Amino acid sequence: MVELIDVINIGLFAAALRMATPIALTSLGGIFSERAGIINIGLEGMMLTGAFTGVMVSYFSGNPWLGVLAAMLVGALLGLLHALLTIKFSGDHIVSGTGINIFAMGFTAYMSQVIWGSRGASVSVRGLQTVSIPLLKDIPIIGDILGSHTPLVYMTLILTVLSYIVLFKTPVGLRIRAVGEHPSAADTAGINVFQIKYLCVMVSGMLAGLGGAFLSLGHLNLFAWGMSGGRGFIALAAMILGRWMPFGAFGASLLFGFSDALQMRLQALGLLPPQIILMIPYILTIAVLAGVVRKAIPPSDYKPYVRE
Amino acid sequence: MIEGIRRVNPEAWHTLREILTKLGLSVRKILPETIAIITAFLIGAIALLITGYPPVEAYSAMISGAFGDVFGIGQTLTQATPIIFTALAFLFAFKSGLFNIGAEGQLLVGAFASALIGISFNNLPVYIHLPLALLAGALAGGFWGFIPAVLKVKLGAHEVITTMMLSYVASNLTSYMVNYPFKAPGWVPQTIVVAPSAELPRILQPTQLSASIIIAVALAWFTDYMLKKTTLGYEVRAVGLNPSAAESSGISVKKGMILALVISGAIAGLGGAGEVLGVHRRFIEGFSPGYGWDGLAVALIGRLHPVGVVFAAILFGALRSGGMVMTRATGVPLDIINMLQALVVILIAAPKLIRYLLKRGGFKW
Repeated sequence: MVELIDVINIGLFAAALRMATPIALTSLGGIFSERAGIINIGLEGMMLTGAFTGVMVSYFSGNPWLGVLAAMLVGALLGLLHALLTIKFSGDHIVSGTGINIFAMGFTAYMSQVIWGSRGASVSVRGLQTVSIPLLKDIPIIGDILGSHTPLVYMTLILTVLSYIVLFKTPVGLRIRAVGEHPSAADTAGINVFQIKYLCVMVSGMLAGLGGAFLSLGHLNLFAWGMSGGRGFIALAAMILGRWMPFGAFGASLLFGFSDALQMRLQALGLLPPQIILMIPYILTIAVLAGVVRKAIPPSDYKPYVRE
Repeated sequence: MIEGIRRVNPEAWHTLREILTKLGLSVRKILPETIAIITAFLIGAIALLITGYPPVEAYSAMISGAFGDVFGIGQTLTQATPIIFTALAFLFAFKSGLFNIGAEGQLLVGAFASALIGISFNNLPVYIHLPLALLAGALAGGFWGFIPAVLKVKLGAHEVITTMMLSYVASNLTSYMVNYPFKAPGWVPQTIVVAPSAELPRILQPTQLSASIIIAVALAWFTDYMLKKTTLGYEVRAVGLNPSAAESSGISVKKGMILALVISGAIAGLGGAGEVLGVHRRFIEGFSPGYGWDGLAVALIGRLHPVGVVFAAILFGALRSGGMVMTRATGVPLDIINMLQALVVILIAAPKLIRYLLKRGGFKW
């Protein structure tokens, strides 16, 4: 019992923030896509590909930041693919997204073997260094939780605020929301519906790619098979729990990040078999979805928009 | 692909063509699917070239491995069997407008439940033990479909996320079972072998092909019959086509959705049971290389039609069995199979894309 209490300490909250980061970034991506009327189930695959690309580029260049950029780029490209399939060719959002997820699984496992000769995990590469924020890190408790992380954790906080401002305080955001809520009215008002949709799905992929890069370069500094582990779907749940609002999604991501951090610490403790502990985040996600979604109304009907 | 079959095995080619003609499938009718598959293989060939593998050797090893001899064909059908089940599972839920992307999890719990019944009794007669074990698989899979169904209908939780999450739960749960309470002696996380009275007979020695494929094909036919000729099937389709019209004509949308997902899960669970009782004779951790995802791709290529599904499943079974031969012969990582499969899904996801490609290529269609 003493051990169990030891698990819950300040370090756990710092870990929760760290584990929330990839989920939060990806759920911001989900918000952009769904606000513009495109369901993006492919976030999981975009995240996984981002995690892989980040490590691969860092492995060859020795620069993790180049890896982060490349992960964002590849995420955006997969977003463009999803956009083409769903917007230009009016494909089913879920089928297209699932195709991207299966592709990511196959592609990353294949390339791992080509590059590192191992399906399970890559070699260790240079990851992102943590930075300590002066002054903030000296405040008791808060400093311990917030004071020292990789820059991507702070970027996520900034991106959350930025997403809110873009979506709700700028003309572009108004257009995005109009396109999702009422595409034909938006079109009549002179908004380029297709351009906005393409842009949003690409931003969505870019954020998921960034989330993936954090997963691999921000913590473990290697790529492991299937390392996104359903976090793309958990990010979608966070988005729904956060009612398609950036701050809400961030808060929800903290909850899932906490369960992830708790799960890892409990595993290290070895009181229960790892398989039982590993179920916690997934069961929590189901429970959260079951508990809240009835009141959650999506911002769009996700129908393909065809100009009349 | 088809050309390849003709070259390697002319007899198989003739039989295939005859079967296709009998089913009223001309090559013309399945053109979009054919184009998607060929395009996927071309992209795959480019990927192989870039990563330093010889595509021609790899693909020929794959094709001759899958269809070259009786053993190859047997292994292809063995691999196709669970895919028929998971594809039918996806199809059935889809007909009611639901996306069951968690067939993998339903297959796993079904497989484990059947193994549990298989190892728990020793002196039951075959005609009781075997059906009981199969039933356990179907029930467990059905239960795994029931959870997301109820969450969807009563609480509005989107089935795409919940079925996926339940897949992860199933994979951890069954892994726990074979690593702890039901672990057989030794290093491998697996159960002990099932009693002989629970075994599905092997029908093509020395391959692992089991009677499970007979159940699979019969189930494909029955699914077709159920969807077209029974009230249940009619209701499920009505719910999928137009929920509000269905509701106003007295069909309960909620009931239809629950039934569809439960039956969908049960089909996948039965497929898992077939793997345990027919192929492996025990539950081995990680025995499924992703049959759940194969099922989704196959359901789409089979145009969401049970008969189409059987043929598409054989194609994907060939990818899996031939893929293993290819990996042994040329060292190409087996995951190329998942890439090819994903490319096919992506190309089929948007029917307009194929039409667009055909138009650009100057085809009239």
